[in-house]
Amino acid sequence: MNTAIKYNETVFQGLSSPIDVYARTRSQKIGAPILQVKNVSLSFGGVAALEDVSFNVKEHELLAIIGPNGAGKSSMLNVINGVYHPQKGQITFFGETRHKMNAHHSAEQGIARTFQNIALFPGMTVIDNIMTGRNLKMKANFLEQALYIGRAKKEEIYHRQKVEEILDFLHIQPIRKTPVGRLPYGLQKRVELGRALAAEPRLLLLDEPMAGMNMEEKEDMCRFILDVNDELGTTIILIEHDMGVVMDISDRVVVLNYGMKIAIGTPKAVCEDKDVIEAYLGVNP
Amino acid sequence: MSEASNPAGTRYYDTMDTLPKILLYNAHERKDRTCMREKDLGIWQTWTWSEMAKEIKILACALAAKGFKRNDKLGIIGNNRARLYWSMAAAQCLGGIPVPLYQDSTANEIIGILIDSDVSFIVVEDQEQVDKILEIWDKCPLIRHVVYEDPRGMFQYNQPFLNDFESMMALGRRYDREHPDFFLQEVDKGSGEDVGVFLFTSGTTGKPKGVVMTYNNIIITARNTIELEKLSQKDELIAYLPMAWVGDYLFSFAQSYVAGFCVNCPENTETIEADRREIGPSYYFGPPPIWENLLTRIMIRMEDAFWVQKKVFHFFMGVAKKTGARILNKESVSLLARWLYAVGDILIYAPLKNALGISNVRLAYTAGEAIGPDLFDFYRSLGINIKQLYGQTEAFVFVCIQPDGEIYSDTVGIPAPEVEVKITKKGEVMYRSPGVFHSYYKNPESTADTKTPDGWVYTGDAGFFDARGHLKIIDRIKDVGKFSSGELFAPKYIENKLKFFPHIKEVVAFGNDRDFATAFICIDMNAVGDWAERLNLSYSGYASLAGHEAVYQLIRESIEKMNKDLALDEKLRHSQVKRFLLLHKELDADDGELTRTRKVRRKFINEKYPVLIEALYSNKDICRFEAKVKFEDGRTGIIAANLKIWKAALFGSDAVREEK
Repeated sequence: MNTAIKYNETVFQGLSSPIDVYARTRSQKIGAPILQVKNVSLSFGGVAALEDVSFNVKEHELLAIIGPNGAGKSSMLNVINGVYHPQKGQITFFGETRHKMNAHHSAEQGIARTFQNIALFPGMTVIDNIMTGRNLKMKANFLEQALYIGRAKKEEIYHRQKVEEILDFLHIQPIRKTPVGRLPYGLQKRVELGRALAAEPRLLLLDEPMAGMNMEEKEDMCRFILDVNDELGTTIILIEHDMGVVMDISDRVVVLNYGMKIAIGTPKAVCEDKDVIEAYLGVNP
Repeated sequence: MSEASNPAGTRYYDTMDTLPKILLYNAHERKDRTCMREKDLGIWQTWTWSEMAKEIKILACALAAKGFKRNDKLGIIGNNRARLYWSMAAAQCLGGIPVPLYQDSTANEIIGILIDSDVSFIVVEDQEQVDKILEIWDKCPLIRHVVYEDPRGMFQYNQPFLNDFESMMALGRRYDREHPDFFLQEVDKGSGEDVGVFLFTSGTTGKPKGVVMTYNNIIITARNTIELEKLSQKDELIAYLPMAWVGDYLFSFAQSYVAGFCVNCPENTETIEADRREIGPSYYFGPPPIWENLLTRIMIRMEDAFWVQKKVFHFFMGVAKKTGARILNKESVSLLARWLYAVGDILIYAPLKNALGISNVRLAYTAGEAIGPDLFDFYRSLGINIKQLYGQTEAFVFVCIQPDGEIYSDTVGIPAPEVEVKITKKGEVMYRSPGVFHSYYKNPESTADTKTPDGWVYTGDAGFFDARGHLKIIDRIKDVGKFSSGELFAPKYIENKLKFFPHIKEVVAFGNDRDFATAFICIDMNAVGDWAERLNLSYSGYASLAGHEAVYQLIRESIEKMNKDLALDEKLRHSQVKRFLLLHKELDADDGELTRTRKVRRKFINEKYPVLIEALYSNKDICRFEAKVKFEDGRTGIIAANLKIWKAALFGSDAVREEK
């Protein structure tokens, strides 16, 4: 099939690259599993979004979830994030098994995320947007903050410093006081990553951080994701459509198709997997 | 005051003949005055003289602990960071020689400099620079240690010769405890004859040469210029130009030490605008493109303003143009004009300057290349005392400078204090001053070529003193020609003057060994296109626009304006352009007519357009020309055109001669 071959070339462009992902130097060695997803099934009415999916995520790892459209990738993130509650199965995060919980709990546990569609406050400055990511860390009560008394001042200074460190880390100092709505798309994505980092997450969920970006913006974003993973040691789950990116930067890849996990392994192993090729290219008649 | 209360070990010296001695003097006399700021994590980190001296002392001890000896060379690569300035000072305290390098050079460009100058220690800003050094590590056997300031991304490196700045400081503190007298003893050993720094020339005219400067060069020049411009410890400066450039070394380092003023390092290269607004520098240096960018940005933003605001803006800019510069020059101005200017200041000038972060600028310099009179007048009319200076690395910047109140955009002013300037028979500018460099490092031939035994230095520039006693630089001496009458012909001078007209993009002037000057003109498609649209002139493209009578008329007016100007000048009046034509195409680097940096390749043009040049010197008023052009897709084709040749009026005695 001619079209299939062509598709093959574009989809798996990253494969031919000689980069061995495991040759990547890193400060933290990949450790023990911190998140176990066990037999998770999720359905909306009669539509099964996830069926019996199991995998685990190791500490300091960069794990990618890929799959065709509608494969259940974002649903998977929403389950981990506590937005959706799976009908079956369980999720264990740092030894804590949860049955039913909401997004607020997951944030308290140290899970932060970015969204497929940017969900920032367009009228607020970059600093203020990132500051919202530190909301959970603030202890001063409403009155103290409103009147700027008691703990509020000390806290504000401390958190502002943390936010400045993130600005420095993501190279966005020049726009620190610009309202987010005025920024180009690529920078907004970076600010959103900054806000997620502000929560000092143990697990970071990135939902298509590079969608709609041009080549240069993608390269920048890849660099920052790797930096977060390397320097901060944050464990990352990444959903991405750009195969080149996924193959280059991830340690392991989970492939979903119609809600089912069809493969898991190193990028190299996954893209040689027969089921994966079939899922992406269709079965050869 | 006991030394214990002054941790940096300050003391007086009878002769403050080295920068380290001045540092210790400042740490004593100005100990609580801020001398350095650097924006980090959104906050201006601040150091006083005594704090900075302490940091420098620790750093010097650290270098010594690593084996840095007197006369060792310390390379410095990075943006303007406080710690890099300290490294320069630390090396000097130990009797070593700092060698600042351009931070944007590639590894291959710096390797020559590192080897030529025997650099054995390097302090760099960040990972990017470390990578460069690692790339050429094997070729630079002399380098023993590399210190990096910003640890970001450096965890992956484990080379033993890489040193983190913080661990260096820890080492320095320990060394200082063990050898408490070491630092002061080292500073005491210095004297004015010692070499203070190597500054490398940019290398546009060949291989970069290391210019050796002694403390005497540095300190005397700094003192003279501080006195001339009345700089004081109250001044504020933003350090944003490359540390390797002689100007930065003088303004942000030597002058700061001697005058005691504060140097501010911006957060990074992209935040300079905002940082400038926050600091409000009182003393500012910017090459012409920087001033030009500022102006363009104002004008573009004004285009988007509401019409009332636009009207007010343009009205008061008109007022400023008429009176601003005269007020600044302390000329007599009528009360009404002064009153109008004051209103304009409240409504327009002050807010505008505030937005640009130049409200407090008391003294601004521009240099490096010719600056357009409009640009120059714009800033002066706003009340900013911007002045041109003429200098060289070899002179430790200052050769000539415009004195207050005598500012003309086409001259570079009068010789700076203690600088003697003379013009050779061939027209080349020479100077002699206390700032004249010691020698080129390990390059006696070049030294002998440039500097005479009695201290005069050849600049390579052609120039002369005008009637007011101001130096006028016209061209590089090798580009200056002569008319058949023997008069001076300076093509670049004419070309630059014409290029300042907004409708003219490129000019090639001819006249060497001829009776008079002529020129090819390339119009600026955007500017002339806009102008044509407003006049409802129809045209189909560049060639058709350039062939338009009205456009010829427009350009002729510009040329005649220049001719009128030139007629006033005894030496340049013969260079008035008599005949000109508008080329049917833009000069293009793809066609080999320009270099990649957009400089005209005169020789190539002489070979390519002999027909046109001959036509300019004949009586023809039209000339047919066929030219090969290279299209963007790589194909070549032929464009034919009939080019009109027009005459421009001459002025002054040349016009009289013409009529005879």
